[in-house]
Amino acid sequence: MYQALAIVLIGLGVWFLAHNTQENMRIRGIQSGFDFLRASAGFDIGETLISFSPSESYGKAIWVGVLNTLRVALIGIVLTTVLGVLLGVGRFSRNALVRGLCYSYVELFRNVPILLQMLMWYLLFVEVLPAPGEAWNLADLFYLSKDGFAFPRPLQGTGYLMVLIGLVAGVLLAWLWRRWALGAFKKTGRLLKPGWPMLGIVLVGVVAGWLAGGMPTQWAIPEAGRFMIEGGGRVSPEFMAVLISLTFYTAAFVAEVVRGGIQSVSLGQKEASAALGLAPRQTMKLVVLPQAMRVIVPPLTNQYLNLTKNSSLAVAVGYPDVVSIANTTLNQSGRAVECVAIIMLVYLTTSLSTSLFMNAYNKRMAIPER
Amino acid sequence: MNPPTDPIIRFDQVNKWFGDFHVLRDIDLDVATGERIVICGPSGSGKSTLIRCINRLEEHQQGRLVVGGIELTDDIQAIDQVRKNVGMVFQQFNLFPHLTVLDNLTLSPMWVGKVPRKEAEDRAMQQLQRVRIAEQAHKFPLQLSGGQQQRVAIARALCLTPRIMLFDEPTSALDPEMIKEVLDVMVELADQGITMVCVTHEMGFAKAVADRVIFMDQGQIVEQNSPGEFFNHPQNERSRDFLSKILGH
Amino acid sequence: MTQHFVPIAARPSPVRTRGAVPWVRTHLFGDLRSSITSVFLLGLAIYLLPRLYSWGLGNAVFSADAQACQNMRGVGACWGVVTEKYRLILLGRFPFEEHWRPVLATSMMLAALVVSCIRAFWKPWLALVWMSVLAVFFVLMGGGVFGLSRVRTDLWGGLPLTVLLATVSIFLAFPLSIAVALGRRSHLPAIRSACIVYIELVRGVPLISVLFMASFMFPLFMPQGVSIDVLVRVVVGITLFAAAYMAEIVRGGLQAIPRGQLEAADTLGLSYWQTQRKIVLPQALAMVVPSIMNNFISIFKDTSLVTIVSMYELTGALSLALNSDVNWRPFKIEAYLFITVIYFLFCFAMSRYSLWVEKQLTASKGR
Repeated sequence: MYQALAIVLIGLGVWFLAHNTQENMRIRGIQSGFDFLRASAGFDIGETLISFSPSESYGKAIWVGVLNTLRVALIGIVLTTVLGVLLGVGRFSRNALVRGLCYSYVELFRNVPILLQMLMWYLLFVEVLPAPGEAWNLADLFYLSKDGFAFPRPLQGTGYLMVLIGLVAGVLLAWLWRRWALGAFKKTGRLLKPGWPMLGIVLVGVVAGWLAGGMPTQWAIPEAGRFMIEGGGRVSPEFMAVLISLTFYTAAFVAEVVRGGIQSVSLGQKEASAALGLAPRQTMKLVVLPQAMRVIVPPLTNQYLNLTKNSSLAVAVGYPDVVSIANTTLNQSGRAVECVAIIMLVYLTTSLSTSLFMNAYNKRMAIPER
Repeated sequence: MNPPTDPIIRFDQVNKWFGDFHVLRDIDLDVATGERIVICGPSGSGKSTLIRCINRLEEHQQGRLVVGGIELTDDIQAIDQVRKNVGMVFQQFNLFPHLTVLDNLTLSPMWVGKVPRKEAEDRAMQQLQRVRIAEQAHKFPLQLSGGQQQRVAIARALCLTPRIMLFDEPTSALDPEMIKEVLDVMVELADQGITMVCVTHEMGFAKAVADRVIFMDQGQIVEQNSPGEFFNHPQNERSRDFLSKILGH
Repeated sequence: MTQHFVPIAARPSPVRTRGAVPWVRTHLFGDLRSSITSVFLLGLAIYLLPRLYSWGLGNAVFSADAQACQNMRGVGACWGVVTEKYRLILLGRFPFEEHWRPVLATSMMLAALVVSCIRAFWKPWLALVWMSVLAVFFVLMGGGVFGLSRVRTDLWGGLPLTVLLATVSIFLAFPLSIAVALGRRSHLPAIRSACIVYIELVRGVPLISVLFMASFMFPLFMPQGVSIDVLVRVVVGITLFAAAYMAEIVRGGLQAIPRGQLEAADTLGLSYWQTQRKIVLPQALAMVVPSIMNNFISIFKDTSLVTIVSMYELTGALSLALNSDVNWRPFKIEAYLFITVIYFLFCFAMSRYSLWVEKQLTASKGR
């Protein structure tokens, strides 16, 4: 009986909202529907991974935004993992100064809003960095200025794609070789140190790719002009501000997750391991880390999602992520409902697919109990 | 390699402090090869600390401690050598929950002893049969009962073919109906001639198996005697006090 | 013949473990790697700290003198920007002469918050206290009665706005989250699905999209002629957002209640609602207080986002105060540091409190 009541109430509520929305939109002359996505955008986007011009559609503009979001989110996730793990492990260091620094870092960066941190980093880049004409440079190859960070980059289209393929193939082969070596160790008891051969295989892959691509040697090197840096790869100060603030902020949370995971493994496990004669490094690899990872991975994935969601604040510093572009689209086309829906859809897709992956991983890794 | 008449474990004026707390005081103790020792006493008396010093899970600050002819100091090689000869069973079992029972047993032989997997598994199955739990070899520890887990822990320690077995209150974390199965295994082990040092409250086990009972209180050895003598004619007032408390009910 | 027990007297440890020197030896110079790290870090500190001091305090300008600040640019901090602008930063666009009103209102609210944290005050009449505090807050800020001049809500700003948004949202979100958590665990599929959809939808999107929705779409949802105050829109947005996260926290607490409790309540003849009210909820809520505190801290930090929808709380008020003033704009960084300290103090205090509560709860559970 309650169910029927609930359904009726929800139905009434939705109808009420929809009716009002339609009325209001009719009165204000706002059209609905997603066909506006094909209309020409009329605005340019500062930073794009793919080419874009103002005459292209809103739909493409939003797609550029999605790519920008993914760009900063993926790089951010990698960097924050590295920094967070270092900080988390540092909380257990034997050196009291290292412990204190890690603790202070976590408390400081956790308790200040991410928006404020982003604004501060952006201000730093815009105020403190020199003008392009007097950019700080390292070996005339890397330039840091108000214009952003310029670095040498392989020239596209001259065969570097093969090098990339070679690198990927090399990594795959190295991983396969390691699995074979582990199997051989289990059979015979002789363990080959996997490190150097793996590196060798990757290098062979890279060189093979380079040869296959026609031995390309050209790089696009930035040149310092009077007013700007020309050539080379470039990331804008907006991108840097968003990336660095997201990384430093999320790393504080990742550090706590890692710390919790390491602490969750009881002391008795390490003692039993030592009593069995295992060296500290073996204990870490075979006993502590496998158990800690199971505790770490779920909240870690949550932090990755938070980082992705927080990238939406890029609109405050002018980095053209999907929220920023959708906001511009909304203001220009007046299609509030559709644009907000698009934003939510993009993030929902990310969250739900990550949740699905997480659930699958949890099921597979669960330690069987009664 | 020490000749069979030398004690396999020798404590010589061993003292240990936890910070400022003097936990082991002037311990002098000799354990002969093949001897079965039971250590009892009130909690906080230092009994666990004493046996944990034998495989260097705890460090002593003063005195000499020689195990199997090797003196225990900060020398890592010496400690590794000692640990190869000493097996330990913990109160909380401390099995590795993410590995199967079989993998728990083969972990050390494979990674420390460099034994090939097949051989390690064969030896592991032998030990599992010895403690009568071979059919659970492919289960995970958390799928077993407490008594079964502790028996697996005993088998795991035996896989290193140790000369000495240490037991730190092995049945204290078990439900009453499971204590017997673990004690039976320990009695069998004792009959096979392995040197055992056992901290326990199970006085029945002590009476059945021990060659010597050592009573500790406040970090020192108060009395040591054969079980018959100790339980029936305790000579120290402290021992009498303790026995009356635990045997009274 | 009874032997007398002769206790061996405790002796002090031969290795000194107390005192400054042993501590430094173990914790700073324990082994080679540790020693090198200590030397490096101490060296870094010796290099940086005097410079930091001279910039932050030694050469700093404290008076509200733009020219002096300009002269000391790069050499000393310009805290004069804080001296000059602190009222604008802290209180936003609220009319200057009436500043006593938001100050009084915020102090009252903060006092009420602190009081609510002390366990001794967790009584039913606390709810009444809160209702009166909130009423007085709105009267003081909004005015229009008792001879106080009317102040529009879009002029409210700064710290009062931050505290208001965080507190009111959490208060409204709390009962909503309990309802949603109960609904999520309900056996009726319609209610359960509705709750799941709500929770997953809100948790999967960033707060900014919820604020956009509140800001741009709510006017469209309302019948003709009804306009909603921008403050109300933002509060509704934040409340809906907070409630979804809190619902999951409360659900975790509900799940942790052992089945035995429900069965015992059943055998005592309690109805579903009585069981929930008297047995389940009190225990579940006590367990989740630390997590709820963490949620409150997050929401407190997230209030900074309303800047993007043009409400000028603490972070926004700063931009407002400095963007238009050419004299002081170069010293924005010092102003940013000022509000960083404010946020840090609030959030750090709250997180310490939440740790303390957690310790109290585990103490009551342990023997």
